[in-house]
Amino acid sequence: MRFEDCNPIGDKHYRILDFEGNVIREEDIPSFSDEELLYLYWTMLFSRTIDEKNISYQRQGRMLTYAPNIGQEATQVGSAYAMEKNDWLVPSYRELGAWLIKGVPLKNIFLYWYGNEWGSHMPEGVRVLPISVPIASQLQHATGIGMANNIKGEKNVVVTYVGDGGTSQGDFHEALNFAAVFKAPVVFIIQNNQYAISLPRKVQTASETLAQKAIAYGMPGILVDGNDIFAMYSATKEAIERAREGGGPTLIEAYTYRLGAHTTSDDPTKYREDEEVEKWKEKDPILRFKKYLKNKGILTEEWEENTKKELEKEVTSTFEEIENKSDTLIEDIFKYHYETMPPHLEEQLEDYKSFLEGGR
Amino acid sequence: MANKLNIVEAVNQALMNEMEKDETIVVYGEDVGVEGGVFRATVNLQKKFGKDRVFDTPLAESAIVGTAVGMAINGLKPVVELQFMGFSYPAFNQIISHVARMRNRSRGRYTLPMVIRAPYGGGIRALEHHSESTEALYAHIPGLKVVIPSTPYDTKGLLIAAIRDPDPVIFLEPKRIYRAFRQEIPEETYELPIGKAKVVEEGEDITVITWGAMVRDVQKASEMVKEKGIYPEIIDLRTISPMDRETFIESVKKTGRAVIVHEAPKTLGVGAEIVAIINEKAFLYLEAPPTRVTGFDTTFPLPRGEKHYIPSPERIAKTIEDVVKF
Ligand SMILES: Cc1ncc(C[n+]2csc(CCOP(=O)(O)OP(=O)(O)O)c2C)c(N)n1
Repeated sequence: MRFEDCNPIGDKHYRILDFEGNVIREEDIPSFSDEELLYLYWTMLFSRTIDEKNISYQRQGRMLTYAPNIGQEATQVGSAYAMEKNDWLVPSYRELGAWLIKGVPLKNIFLYWYGNEWGSHMPEGVRVLPISVPIASQLQHATGIGMANNIKGEKNVVVTYVGDGGTSQGDFHEALNFAAVFKAPVVFIIQNNQYAISLPRKVQTASETLAQKAIAYGMPGILVDGNDIFAMYSATKEAIERAREGGGPTLIEAYTYRLGAHTTSDDPTKYREDEEVEKWKEKDPILRFKKYLKNKGILTEEWEENTKKELEKEVTSTFEEIENKSDTLIEDIFKYHYETMPPHLEEQLEDYKSFLEGGR
Repeated sequence: MANKLNIVEAVNQALMNEMEKDETIVVYGEDVGVEGGVFRATVNLQKKFGKDRVFDTPLAESAIVGTAVGMAINGLKPVVELQFMGFSYPAFNQIISHVARMRNRSRGRYTLPMVIRAPYGGGIRALEHHSESTEALYAHIPGLKVVIPSTPYDTKGLLIAAIRDPDPVIFLEPKRIYRAFRQEIPEETYELPIGKAKVVEEGEDITVITWGAMVRDVQKASEMVKEKGIYPEIIDLRTISPMDRETFIESVKKTGRAVIVHEAPKTLGVGAEIVAIINEKAFLYLEAPPTRVTGFDTTFPLPRGEKHYIPSPERIAKTIEDVVKF
């Protein structure tokens, strides 16, 4: 019913909580326990804390370029929470909230952004692909994983993310087309945060919505209020269930806003007005969820304060743990290109090592 | 039972043999299923193994390769076909950015046992983009293996090795000689090592290094120069990356002379790398500068001009003589 109600053409957003955190679609409220609700809120705060700390580390010269997620927490946490443990997450680079839900350790996250490949070595059982930087290229992998599930008769589903800018790439088209033709169990989530670096969404495509692109591929599409964690959860859940039952892929446009810079190297004042940012700050997904939880009497200021302190401590100590211990081993640069290192690589490694040892 | 096959048939038999043994192998690409491929390399595979394991895809190379990345991560062994090497470029981003890098990027957590097959090379009087040899583009990329067979026997053994290899292999098939000759080869499965060159002909006077369809032209050139008392040692590289340096270095140390023959353009071609390796490893053994006989640094001409482009046995023989006389 969610999908029928929200025809992707037109600007009607699928929404369960209004901006004040009031329930406007009682029938769609997910049946979460209080613990689950707090866990979701906790994860949003965790994500926000990591972002804020990373930005400050970067300013202190202790972190490299970083792409924050501030403002997009509901999109990521809500959608990822609809996944089962064995479902695959195929991210781009701005999915911190989803990684946390899927169990990517904080240490990996720091290692990655601090410039060490071991960050992308996911622990066993964490079905998350490494960050993919070439825009939209990861969507093809998601489709391939889904096609393989069909061939093997496995019931896992793939959830993959792309930005609004990514919808202009050829790989976006190819991945959605293949997924639909082969009925691959994939949920494509566009994080429409309104900008691709400096380029506003309106200039990215002449389509009225991004969700409507689903129609051309022959799959269901829906435009969701990405700052509403319940709406993101419910829409993704329905899409995942359909995929699991053999109904093929779905396209979800999460309408959200990047409150921060594109990355720490970007200055958004060059391309957008403060007023616009201020307006979106009022729609902060964490605030909206907080209002809901407070109205329900689930969240107290005391819990929030303690939680924030604990998160800050955890983030600080994990970062300090890796900060001085993350230099890449020379061998590691060579070791992982092939299962067996070919002779020419061995030679280059040995030459370099003996150079370092003053051998020649 | 006699099993006399040409190169395309050897491709087909390798796939048949391996798919029978390993259920995780899937074969797909443009027109490979019902039709069996435009060169018939995958003929009858769908009939035998079903539409789940052998299928036609929509016309999109980036998706063919990109989905193979996902499949390989998810436990299958995709052997995909790109209809012609000249149409591998839409998949270039996937190949360079992901196929080559996934193992290193994830420090071995995700690996890609997959094969990308493509017919390559000129000499078949084809349309534009159907004749190129751009193996150097792929050989330049760390994390890829590039294999080029030149006989039915090698084709089968190397393709089987490529399928069993834990790393991604670009398998380029010399379409000019797809049906040029047959060879008696074992019907059962067998493997030839990737990364090993083959001495096709032993000789004392000069080393000629080549691969793919050019091997036969070099053999013809060899017959011509033998009449003049020059005995070349012919080396078929077979794997372009990682390259078997030892075999040709040892040979050059013996002969003191080297000619490299390839169809691809000269500048920054694989031949340039071979010359550099010879200079680094066998400089003091050289009696003459290592020399290349290659396609020109031009676009591959349309059919009316292609006979000028591909090094002819005469051009190769002339260069061999020049280098011997140096
Ligand atoms: C193929 C490719 N081209 C260019 C870039 C450089 N680049 C990095 S992020 C970005 C903008 C992406 O915007 P969008 O898809 O909307 O995602 P967002 O960053 O807003 O999450 C660009 C152009 C890239 N990473 N990949």
